[in-house]
Order: sequence, then C-alpha cells, then structure tokens
Amino acid sequence: MVPLSWYLILAAALFAVGIFGVLARRNAIAILMGIELMLNAVNLNLLAFWRYLWSDNLTGVVFVIMVLAVAAAEVAVGLALIISIYRRRSTVVAEEIDLLKW
Amino acid sequence: MTVELAIFLGLAVVAVGASIAMLVSRNAVYSALFLVIVLFAIAVLYLLLSAAFIAMVQVAVYAGAIMVLFLFVIMLLGTENVESESRRPWQFAAALVLSYVLIIQFLVVAIVLPGDFGGEFGALVDGFGGPASIGILLFKEYLVPFEVTSLLLLAAMVGAIVLTRRESSR
Repeated sequence: MVPLSWYLILAAALFAVGIFGVLARRNAIAILMGIELMLNAVNLNLLAFWRYLWSDNLTGVVFVIMVLAVAAAEVAVGLALIISIYRRRSTVVAEEIDLLKW
Repeated sequence: MTVELAIFLGLAVVAVGASIAMLVSRNAVYSALFLVIVLFAIAVLYLLLSAAFIAMVQVAVYAGAIMVLFLFVIMLLGTENVESESRRPWQFAAALVLSYVLIIQFLVVAIVLPGDFGGEFGALVDGFGGPASIGILLFKEYLVPFEVTSLLLLAAMVGAIVLTRRESSR
C-alpha cells in the first residue's frame, strides 16, 4: 500500500516544477502549460486526500470535476488572449508584452 | 515491495522526469508533448486511487482536448522557438530559489503530518465512484455549483470567441 504522504510529495514536486515553469519561462504558452501542471498537482492532492480520508462519500471527486472544468475554461480564455496579443504585437514572449508597465 | 508501490514509483519517476523535460526543452511543441506524458501518468495514478471516472476524464479532456488546443495555437502562431536569452538573467535564479523553498516547505509539511496518514484504505463498494453515482450526486446535492460551472464555461466560450474575432469584423 502506498502511503498518503508519498502522493503528497509527488504532487508537491509537480507543483514546484509547474511554478518554476511559470516564473522562468518566457513563452506565454509555456507559462500556461506550467499552470496546467500546477492544477494537476492540486487535483492529485484532492483525490489522494479523498481516497485515504473521506472515501465514504464522493465529495472529493465532485471537487476534482469542478477543478477540471475551471481549468478547461482558463486554458480556452488564456489561449484566446495569447492569439489576440499575437495579432496586435506579433510576439508571445511574456516580457515583451509590457504595454501596461509604467 | 508490492506491485502497487512499484507502479506508483515508476509513474512518479515518469511524471517528474517528463515535467522537468517539459521545462528544459526549448521547442514549445516538445514541451506540449512532454506535458501529455505527465497527464497520462497522472491519469494512471488516479486509477491507482480507484477514481476511474476522473482518470478517463483526464485522458479525454486534458490529454485530448486541452493539449490539442495547445498544439493548435503553438502551430497556428508559429512560436515553437521563441525562447532566447532573457533580458532578465536574475529571473531564472529567482524562480529556482522560490520553487526550491516551496518544495522544501511542502516536504516538511508532508513528512511531519500528524497521525498515521499512511494507513490502508478499504475497497470501495461495487459501483461506488462510477459515472452513475457521480452524476446523481452532481445533479442532486451539487446542482447549484454544477450550474455555476456551466455558466463559467459559457462565459469562457463567449470570451474566447470575442477575443479571437478579427478586428475588421467589428
């Protein structure tokens, strides 16, 4: 039997890799991929806690379904924003999109 | 070492390795394909946690639909290789330090968790956690959150269409 803390450690590793991608990558699409990785790590945590501690009802699974729907909406809007920015500025490099900077 | 433990360790190595490969590959298409590997590994982990429905949703929605969307946008914009030398070299170091601190915190919390969390979990009742029981729960107990989520998806769809509309058509 796999201990619960191993799932938590794996999810923590995936979350840290995702947040590193968000902070260090310059391609806006790669930043979105890092966000996806972080959302997956959170989902893994939710399901592990559900299975080990609260598996007498299905609340954890419903929670994960909501997170999946929000992630799908977030990706659709994020990629639409990237396409729109590319049309106007011909770049997807995050640090060149600085129109709102002082 | 049980079979379950071996499967978990293999999947964990695959997931972490592919996610690191996703970060270091300069080509955005390779990054997306490595992310697909991570998503599949996590789907099998969901199966290990006896959440078969979520695992199938993960494969269909994440590894299928969302990653196709990513690849479509990458190839549409032709931005496979935009990563060049950053004008802010300290950004890489700062990201490394921040994620390192974060994972140390997570590890401390996970290791010093109170109680015997590593315990066994019993088998689920047959049919529990299947699509039918999840659907009944969604439409009975969680009807309002479900409808709010559908409104959110509608707003996201309208927003995506408005954002990507051609300027000249306004």
